[in-house]
Amino acid sequence: MGSPMKIRASVKDGVTEIKVLMGHEMETGQRKDANGAVIPAWFINEVTAKLDGKTVMQAQWGPSISKNPYLAFKVKGGKAGDKVSVTWVDNKGDTRTDEAAAT
Amino acid sequence: MTQRLMERRQILTFLGTLAAAGFVLPKMAFANWDKVAFEAKTMDEALKALGAGTPATSGDVQIVASDIAENGAVVPIQAISKLPNTERIAILVDKNPSMLAASFDLTPETIPEVTARIKMGQTSNVVVLVKADGKFYAASKEIKVTLGGCGG
Amino acid sequence: MDRASVGIMAFLMVSATAVTVAYAQKDAAQDSIEAYREALQDGNPAELYEASGEDLWKTPAGPKAASLERCDLGLGPGVVKGAYAQLPRHFADTDRVQDLESRLLTCMQTLQGKDPKPYIEASFTAPPKEEMNALAAYISGQSKDAPIAVTLAHPKEQAMYDLGKRMFNYQGGPYDFACATCHGQEGTRIRLQDLPYIPSAKGAAAGWSSWPAYRVSAGQMWSMQWRLNDCFRQQRFPEPVYTSDATIALSMYMAATANGATMKTPGIKR
Repeated sequence: MGSPMKIRASVKDGVTEIKVLMGHEMETGQRKDANGAVIPAWFINEVTAKLDGKTVMQAQWGPSISKNPYLAFKVKGGKAGDKVSVTWVDNKGDTRTDEAAAT
Repeated sequence: MTQRLMERRQILTFLGTLAAAGFVLPKMAFANWDKVAFEAKTMDEALKALGAGTPATSGDVQIVASDIAENGAVVPIQAISKLPNTERIAILVDKNPSMLAASFDLTPETIPEVTARIKMGQTSNVVVLVKADGKFYAASKEIKVTLGGCGG
Repeated sequence: MDRASVGIMAFLMVSATAVTVAYAQKDAAQDSIEAYREALQDGNPAELYEASGEDLWKTPAGPKAASLERCDLGLGPGVVKGAYAQLPRHFADTDRVQDLESRLLTCMQTLQGKDPKPYIEASFTAPPKEEMNALAAYISGQSKDAPIAVTLAHPKEQAMYDLGKRMFNYQGGPYDFACATCHGQEGTRIRLQDLPYIPSAKGAAAGWSSWPAYRVSAGQMWSMQWRLNDCFRQQRFPEPVYTSDATIALSMYMAATANGATMKTPGIKR
């Protein structure tokens, strides 16, 4: 299920700027716990973003992306009220989708 | 969960067969996570896995980032491509154990610039790789890290 | 002051002067660090904690199965907006000067019937404190852009301020440190961290307006109590009790000195 993302989308001069803040540990698999055991890798490895139902960006991520990832990008077109949806999938198979309306 | 993973594997095998047969993969299919590229141990291996070979250095690929990152755990990077028909932008960190940080596949509607935050274990070159019109281009920037960001 | 302390003070003053000169040159490195900090501002993971804090505020919990929505943070029951900017303050019902976290514990006890002890004793990374950190993020965020406005009108508020000021300058611990050792002169820094000169309005504001903050280095949401606790640790002082008068006194001193500045909470730091 994961924790809710914060999505902000604003339309200006025919361009929709999308900013997403995701809550995820993004554990690299390089760290060890107090007993010396490796903390298993746990990170978002796929991200898909849609604007008004159309996929506008797909990304593959590795553990080098920071914890609580932030992502920003722009898409041509879009208008206020359009639905922006972002989905992530992590290496454990967990997934989450959140939506926001563009302003 | 297992059921879903199995179905996914079946779909991907099927799509993989299509791809091998020369069919174009539909845009909506999520790409198989590029394990080889993400687990590459050297920059050359990572570039090879991405199909980039030796990318041409290009001034049209820009990296906007502060020269010094106060902490390597979160380093904001803006990767920009001024090349027409940019299909893909990837961010790599030379001295990270996991060199390939991210790879973004764009549609013609996506403006070819992306901002992300990466972990840097130590001062290192950050490489932005761009695939445009089927060809690969790259730019590199050294970012100094005052405190490494992988150790926790 | 004994000879050792005089020696240390002299050393620190000389180094402070040297560092002041270096700092005054505002080199490219400093500009770069500022650019880095700028870039972090857009998209603060603290927002994720503000959301869970808001959840905690509104969700019924504890033996009384009540939410915190009737909690009085100083501006009346349930008024969250702007409350953090006016804390610490004296509360009539407890007849104590309280900071945010201390007041939250009061409300959790009276409204929800919760026992504050597990919250006080838990480590800052344990679940009970995670709740406090999230609540602090949420409530402080509701004071963003508000002017810091604490009063010393009540005699207990004045007393708390005076105590805080004394504590700020009080040398102790195995290294004979005081808060003032690091924060008591202009233009100093440790490695690349500028140390605000807290006795000045500007320095106090730099600190007081930016905590609670998300620390990117640790990926953690730090409340002001956590920040103070860590200062004590860095000075090798004994650990202060969570929300004890000692911590509230220092908060009062900083907040009052920062009066008039704008709250920028929750912050984001390295």
